Amino acid sequence: MDRYIEDKDSKIKVDTKIEGKVGEIDFNTLKSGGLIKQRQKDMFTVRLRCPGGRVPLSKLEKVVQVAKKYAGDYIHLSFRQSLELPYVNYKNFKAIYEELSERDQKVASCGARVRVPTACSGCEYNPNGLMDTQKMAALVDEKFFGADMPHKFKISFSGCPIDCARTNENDLGFQGAVNPEWEEETCVGCRICSKACREGAIVSDVETGKPIYDPEKCLYCGDCIRACPTNSWGEKTKGWVARVGGRHGRHPISGHIIAEFIQDEDVPKFIETVIKWYGEHGKPYGRTRIGALLQIPKEWDSFIATLREKLQDKIKSNPKPPTKNEIHFE
Amino acid sequence: MPDEKIDASLNLKGVACPINFVKTKLKLEEIADGQILELVIDDGEPMQNVPRSIKEEGHKIIKVEKLPDGSFRLLIKKGGI
Repeated sequence: MDRYIEDKDSKIKVDTKIEGKVGEIDFNTLKSGGLIKQRQKDMFTVRLRCPGGRVPLSKLEKVVQVAKKYAGDYIHLSFRQSLELPYVNYKNFKAIYEELSERDQKVASCGARVRVPTACSGCEYNPNGLMDTQKMAALVDEKFFGADMPHKFKISFSGCPIDCARTNENDLGFQGAVNPEWEEETCVGCRICSKACREGAIVSDVETGKPIYDPEKCLYCGDCIRACPTNSWGEKTKGWVARVGGRHGRHPISGHIIAEFIQDEDVPKFIETVIKWYGEHGKPYGRTRIGALLQIPKEWDSFIATLREKLQDKIKSNPKPPTKNEIHFE
Repeated sequence: MPDEKIDASLNLKGVACPINFVKTKLKLEEIADGQILELVIDDGEPMQNVPRSIKEEGHKIIKVEKLPDGSFRLLIKKGGI
């Protein structure tokens, strides 16, 4: 809680249900309903639930109407793709909830729980996109949003290795990837794939022009597949690369790859396993992000063992625990 | 093997992305399906991007040749995919 806020009281009377409660509610409970106390007395920011940062126009119209009526004269775009209405008096919470629900626009959640997933535009119309991030963001929001956790828990989806959704900075991140496969018979040795590859994972044979592929350097972006004029490069496997334990903030942590080429249907199972483990193992440590927890060797071992039990060989053979990102003066 | 019959030519040496691709697209609009466009583009970024965009637009690259000055000559069959 911001120590400069004017209210000395940490409780407020509301007449709309927040976490099933009505009446005298404290600020922390309000946060679970996406209501964030501002510095100004009685003023709150209302954060809306916009999975994947996609807001249908019919909802947006309603949000603008509500904002004009009850909020400040602008909308703030949060860093995790939500619309936020600042300068809302708590006395209007009920009216705002009701009016937004007319177009099924929900309010988000803050605090120690599973947050709204973020996502890029994915394969729907982005030429680099390999996987359907928007579909997954909607599904994950539906299934896991708001679940109580030892600390906040953020999930993101990137459609390709450019990773705009920064999967390494989220508690759990899924990034689209494709494992390429080359067929010699149809290859004419044109060398375009070696030009298209930005990672140096493909070099062309000096004599024949045919590709020499180094999987160690490959980022699984699929540029070779998209560029190949004869379709000699194709998809062997396509799926999600999962990273776990990242965070940003005052002490950022980078999450590393824990699984490769998992399928859409594996994702809910994966999330379920991770948050169940985190719920149980995080509790004794208090308010601790999963990334910090996984830096403790015995917890890391327990985590990997639990995932292996549920997802078997989909878990990488030598995964690396999350590592600290040093951004301050040493 | 002799070259196929060339129906149009475009020299895009020194033309950067994405202008080179836009010019290629416009040139392709001038010829009919199945006809051949001869294209010369620089190595580097143009070779990284232009062939891929041509394929995505549904045309077929039927020949790639490195020229002595390091640039590349492509033969593109319009709508050939």
